[in-house]
Amino acid sequence: MTTLLRPLSTMTTGTARPATPVKIDVQGMNFYYGAKQALSDITIALHANLVTAFIGPSGCGKSTFLRTLNRMNDIIPGTRVEGRVRIDGEDIYAASTDVVGLRRRVGMVFQKSNPFPKSIFENVAYGLRINNLAKARSEMEGRVEESLKAAAIWDEVKDRLHESAQALSGGQQQRLCIARALAIQPEILLMDEPASALDPIATQRIEELIYQLKASYTIVIVTHNMQQAARVSDQTAFFWLGRLVESGPTATIFTNPAEKLTEDYVTGRFG
Amino acid sequence: MTSASRRMAGDRLLQTMSILVLTLSLVALLALLYDIWSDGWSRLDWDFLTSMPSRRAAAAGIYPAILGSLYVLLVTATFALPLGIGAAVYLEEYGGGGRMARLIEINIANLAGVPSIIYGLLGLGIFVRAFGWGPSILSGGATLGLLALPVVILSTREALRTVPMSAREGSYALGATKWQTIWHQVLPTALPGILTGLILAMSRAIGETAPLITIGALAYIDFTPSGVMSPFTVLPIQIYNWVSKPQVAFAENAAAGIIVLLVLLLSMNAVAIVLRDRFQKARA
Repeated sequence: MTTLLRPLSTMTTGTARPATPVKIDVQGMNFYYGAKQALSDITIALHANLVTAFIGPSGCGKSTFLRTLNRMNDIIPGTRVEGRVRIDGEDIYAASTDVVGLRRRVGMVFQKSNPFPKSIFENVAYGLRINNLAKARSEMEGRVEESLKAAAIWDEVKDRLHESAQALSGGQQQRLCIARALAIQPEILLMDEPASALDPIATQRIEELIYQLKASYTIVIVTHNMQQAARVSDQTAFFWLGRLVESGPTATIFTNPAEKLTEDYVTGRFG
Repeated sequence: MTSASRRMAGDRLLQTMSILVLTLSLVALLALLYDIWSDGWSRLDWDFLTSMPSRRAAAAGIYPAILGSLYVLLVTATFALPLGIGAAVYLEEYGGGGRMARLIEINIANLAGVPSIIYGLLGLGIFVRAFGWGPSILSGGATLGLLALPVVILSTREALRTVPMSAREGSYALGATKWQTIWHQVLPTALPGILTGLILAMSRAIGETAPLITIGALAYIDFTPSGVMSPFTVLPIQIYNWVSKPQVAFAENAAAGIIVLLVLLLSMNAVAIVLRDRFQKARA
């Protein structure tokens, strides 16, 4: 928030490219729901161990774009992708891509927390079980604990691992969903407005968590909340009507954007 | 009268009429139940439940018919449950809503309304004759299985549709395959709804007479069924058999048989409801 209040002229503007390697490389991507085009000519590079925020008004395509990165849109009938999306240099839309394997590498947290109607333990263990990632029971327990600790929820749930996950509060459920995603050790974590349904304190915990997780993961977060984007992200991409208007270091996007449209949006003139 | 008070009067009239109609149908049902109860009560005892049918009304019992009904229902469920759920999962999750799937869907909806004797003829042609199973419990159960199938499929599809997209996405996002998602997330969540459909289908099957007579179920047997290939009778056929006799004593037997059938039906429903609630609670 403070960033936004500072006068534009005193802001530091960095245009240097991030030091970490490119993890996700998207070139000339178009996306269609049936005949309706939802994304046009998206070209962007997302860097490893950084948090990239997608911002923009509702319906601008930021969530749709996020969901193309783990091919989650595949389960919606009639969707179509053109262009190229590479993760670590591999085209994830190539015919030979193992979609199930891709989703193991690219975890996802949804806007509305969606714990399975099972116990807390089983929620985290599910990904390990279906992917056969933990053989022995002790190994399973170890990895569940590890994941819950990584998602900063272990202390709150360690005494009731076998109670229903749906008895947790909204913020706890969302951190459980993050733990669930971390359990299968993905490389990339996609977060679709993970805090939009949470109160300020729960939101703050999620944001702190994102800050800690970026050391180990490449994180992409969609958010409606510009202050949140400013707080948690290193890079920001601004979407507008299915186009990527501008992307770059968060400080630059918020203080010295190249496009008038971006400036109008981040200063709250519309949106 | 003002327009508002006229509308209020209309409202009250409709309410009164609804209550009247409801009372009427309840009274009819209660009268029926009372009539059956008063006729059959004196005949209901342990001997009646555990004896074979007899030409002497006072000695006749309903044991083979109870066993026959239970065996047939067991076979029916064994047929209809996996086939019905399988078909519903295919249509809902894999069929993709194409023209073929829609055609099948319409046909299934139509099948649910086909008169049961048609299923009897089909069972006679296929199970009794072509498969050579004879007029056995297996044939009877399979025939009623066909009859129950459309209901199971339709209600399972409804149950699958209520599983929220977010649960499926959560599973897919963890690298689950389609089948893993269906097996671990979709089916367990839909199970209460599926069970409800099965209850309805089984309740219809337990009262069926016509298709079983068509495939050659016996009206009079004095032995207990020995296995799935055994000839059999079921409660409705036994009741029908007694009703058609001229002696008053047999009419009492029929009334007692109806009570047994009703109790069996109601306890089946009760068990299924308890099961359903338990599944629902386990997943809440």
